[in-house]
Amino acid sequence: MNKEERLKKRHNSEKRFKFYGLLSVSLALIFVLILIQNIVSKGSSAFSRTTISVDISFDSKLLEIDGPITKKSIENAEFYDLSVESLLKIYPSKDSKEERQVLRLFSPDYEYEIKRYLIKNPDKINQIASVELTSSDDVDQLNKGNFPRDLPEDRRRVSNFQLNIYDNLVEEGKIGKKFNDYFFSKGDSRDPELAGIGGSLMGSFFTIVICLLLSFPIAIMASIYLEEFAPKNKITDFIEININNLAAVPSIVYGLLGLGILLSVMDFPRSTPLVAGITLSLMTLPRIIIPCRASLKAVPPSIREAALSVGASKFQTVFHHVVPLAMPGTLSGTIIGLAQALGETAPLILIGMVAFVVDIPGTPVDPSASLPVQVYLWSEQAERGFVEKTSATIMMLLGFLIVMNFIAVYLRQKFEKKWN
Amino acid sequence: MNILILTIIVLFSLSSYYFGRSEARKLITTNKIRLNALPSYYGYYLAVWCGLPALIILSLWSLFEPTIIKILILNNFSYVESKDLFYEQTLSFFNGNFTGEITNDIKIAAERYTSLNNIAYNSKIALLASVLVFSTSYAFKKVKSNNKARDDVELILKGLLFVSSLMAILTTLGIILSLLFESLKFFSTINLFDFIFGTSWSPQRAFVRDASTITPEEYLELKDAFGSVPLFAGTAFIAFIAMCVAVPIGLFSGIYLAEYASTKVRKYSKPIIEILAGIPTVVYGFFAALTVGPFFRSIGESLGLTVSSESALAAGLIMGIMIIPYISSLSDDVINSVPQSLRDGSYAVGATKSETIKKVIIPAALPGIIGSILLAVSRAIGETMIVVMAAGLAANLTINPLESTTTITTQIVMILVGDQEFDSPKTQAAFALGLTLFVATLFLNYIALRVVKKYREKYE
Repeated sequence: MNKEERLKKRHNSEKRFKFYGLLSVSLALIFVLILIQNIVSKGSSAFSRTTISVDISFDSKLLEIDGPITKKSIENAEFYDLSVESLLKIYPSKDSKEERQVLRLFSPDYEYEIKRYLIKNPDKINQIASVELTSSDDVDQLNKGNFPRDLPEDRRRVSNFQLNIYDNLVEEGKIGKKFNDYFFSKGDSRDPELAGIGGSLMGSFFTIVICLLLSFPIAIMASIYLEEFAPKNKITDFIEININNLAAVPSIVYGLLGLGILLSVMDFPRSTPLVAGITLSLMTLPRIIIPCRASLKAVPPSIREAALSVGASKFQTVFHHVVPLAMPGTLSGTIIGLAQALGETAPLILIGMVAFVVDIPGTPVDPSASLPVQVYLWSEQAERGFVEKTSATIMMLLGFLIVMNFIAVYLRQKFEKKWN
Repeated sequence: MNILILTIIVLFSLSSYYFGRSEARKLITTNKIRLNALPSYYGYYLAVWCGLPALIILSLWSLFEPTIIKILILNNFSYVESKDLFYEQTLSFFNGNFTGEITNDIKIAAERYTSLNNIAYNSKIALLASVLVFSTSYAFKKVKSNNKARDDVELILKGLLFVSSLMAILTTLGIILSLLFESLKFFSTINLFDFIFGTSWSPQRAFVRDASTITPEEYLELKDAFGSVPLFAGTAFIAFIAMCVAVPIGLFSGIYLAEYASTKVRKYSKPIIEILAGIPTVVYGFFAALTVGPFFRSIGESLGLTVSSESALAAGLIMGIMIIPYISSLSDDVINSVPQSLRDGSYAVGATKSETIKKVIIPAALPGIIGSILLAVSRAIGETMIVVMAAGLAANLTINPLESTTTITTQIVMILVGDQEFDSPKTQAAFALGLTLFVATLFLNYIALRVVKKYREKYE
C-alpha cells in the first residue's frame, strides 16, 4: 500500500466516523418525532365527540309531571320511558334484539342528557325538540374512521343493522361533531365516550401542590445550610452522600417507602393526593437540592465579602444577598423537579392511586387518580375509544411538562445573572 | 379541627411579631436603651418562641394520638381475634357508616373511643394553651431585658436549616427501614439462599399465611414460588438490550455533538435529544405496548417467526431510546472537559479528527464515559413503567429476545397493585425485591460517582 492509498483510507474512515455520529444524532431526533407524531395522530381525535340529533317530544304525561311545570318537577320527572320511545323512533326495528341495538348507538347516559336539555330549555315541554345526544363509543369510532367497515360482521363491533342506521343518519345530516367537553370535565368511566380526565387533572394538581409546599422550602433550607453554613465534618459528608444517592434511587423504591411507612405504619388514607404528594416530595427533594446548591454556588464570593465587610451578619448576607441572586436558578430547578414528579407513575401505583374513581376529588384527602396513572389505567382497557383518550391524556401531560420546562428555561435566561 | 388550632397558633405568632417589634421600639423611646439588635429581630424572636414550641407539640400529638388511642382501646379487648379488623369496625361504627352486624364489643369500644377522644382533645387544648402562654411570656421577659435577639433568632434559624438538611438522612433511613422490616419477615419464611438462587417464580401460588406452621412439603412448594433468578435474568436481559441501543447511539451522538457539530446544530439538537429524558416513562410504556410490540409481532409473522406481543425486544428497545440522552449528555460533557492541549498535540502529529477522537480523547475520557454508562444501567434496571406495560408477566428463563420476560420492577408492581394482604409472604416478597433493587442501584451509582469524580479530579 503506497502513501496515497493509505491517506485515502484514513480519510474514508474519517468520513465514516463522522457519518456514524450524524446518523446517531438523527436517529435520536427521529425517535422524538416518531413518538410525538404517533401520540398526536392517535390522540387528536379525542378532542371531539360524535353526536346524534334526535327529535324528542317532551310529553308531560310520559314524564309523569302532574301540576305546574317548575324546575323541580322537571328534575323529579321520569325520563326513561320518554327517552327510549324517542330514541327507538330513529329507525324501525323488528324485535327487542334490534331495539337494543338501536339504543346501543347512544351513550348509556342519554337519559340524563335529555333531562339536562329540558332543564336548560324548560319552554320545550309538550313540544318536539331536536336534541344532540352523545353517541356510543362504537359509533364515535366509526364516524372518526377508526373502524374499518369492510371486515366481516362478526369481527366488527358494529352490526350490519347498526351500520345501516348510521348511514341513514349520515344521509339525513343527523350525525354531528362537537368539541369534547366531557373529556375535560368528567371523571373516569367504563364507557370511553363518557370518560374524562377531570378527576385525574384535579388529583395531579393537588399532588403537585402538596409536593411543592413540602419539597421547596425544605430543599431551599437544606441547600442553604449545606452551601453556606455547614462545617466540613463527617455529618455534612454523610448528608451529601445521602442526597447524591437518593437522587439516583429508582422511583418505585419511593413507592415502597410510601406503602411501608405512610400507609401501613402511619395510617394515611390510601389512594389520595396527600400520600402521593408526600411520597413524591421525598423523591423530588434531592433532585431539587442539587440544582439549588449549584445556583447558590454560582453566586461569586465577592458578593458575600462585600456584604460582610459593611457589617452584615452571616445570615443577613445569605438571606438578603445570596439567596435572592440564586433565586432564578433555584426556581427553575424546582420547576424541573416538579415536572419530573408530575410524570411519575410507579410510586403512585404502589400507594393505591390505581383505584377506579368516578367522582372528581374536591380535597387532597379524597381518593383520586393522577394524569400519568390515568394513562396507565386506560392503556389497559380493550376498547378502541380508550386508545385515543389515552393518547389525548398524554398530549395534555406533555403539554403541561413543556409549559413547565419553558418557564424554567425562561426564568434562567431572563433573570439569572452571568458572573464573569 | 387541627386546622383551626393551627390557624390560631399561626395568627398568634404573627401578631406577636408586631408586638415584639413595638415593645423593642418602646424600649428605645421610653427607656432610652441602646438595643442589641434591630427592633424587627425582637419581633422575630417573640414570634418564633410563640409559634414553634406549640407547633412542634401539635404535630407530635397528631402523629401519635391515633396509635395511642388504638392501643388503649385494644388493651381492653385482648380476646378479640383480628384486632385490626375490630378496630376498623369500631371506627366506622363511630363515624356512623358501619354496615354489618353490630356486636356489643363494638358498641363498648366505640363509647370508649368517644370518651378517649374527648379526653385527648381537652388535654391537647390545655397543653397547647399552657405551652403557648409559658413560652411567649418567657420570650417576652427576654425581650424586655434587651437580649441579643439577632443571635438567638439566627441560632434557631440555623437549627431549622440543619434539621431540613437531615431530611435526606431521614428519607434514606425510611427507605432502608421499610424495605428491611418487611424483607426480614420474608426471609424468616423463605431461605435467603432459595430466594437468590431459586429458578422458579410464581408468587400467585403462595397461599400460606402463618409462617410458623409451614410443613417441609409446603416449604418446598413455597420455595418454588419465590425463586428470583428468572427476574434477575429478565431484568439484566432487558437492560442489556436497552444498553445495546443506547450506548452506541448515545456515545456517537455525544461525540458528534462535542467534536463535529456546529454551534447552531448543537444548540438545537441537544435540547431536542434531552426531550427524550423528560418524557414520562408511562408514555414510553404506552408507545411500546400499543405500537412497537404489535409492530414487531407483525414483522415476525411475515417472516414466519413467533414473536410475543410483549417481547423483551420491544421493551428493551424503547427503554434504550429513553436512556440515549443520559449517555449522550454525560459523555458530551465529559468529552468537552478533555483539555484542548491533548487535541492540539494529536493534530500536530498529523492525526485526523476521528483518529484523535478514537486514540486520544476517548481513552482520556473513558472513566467518565464508563461512569455515565453505569448510571444508565442503574436507570435501566430501576425503570418500571416501560416494563410493566410492555414486558411480560410470566417469569420465563430465556435468552430469546422475541419471547416475553419479566423484571424485578414489573413483579413488584404486579404484587402490590390493588388490594394487598399484609403479612403474606407474597407482599413481603415485593419488599425483598425492592431491597435487592435498592442495593443493586446503590452499588452501581456509588461506583459510577466514584469513577466520574476521580476523572474530574484528574483534569480540573
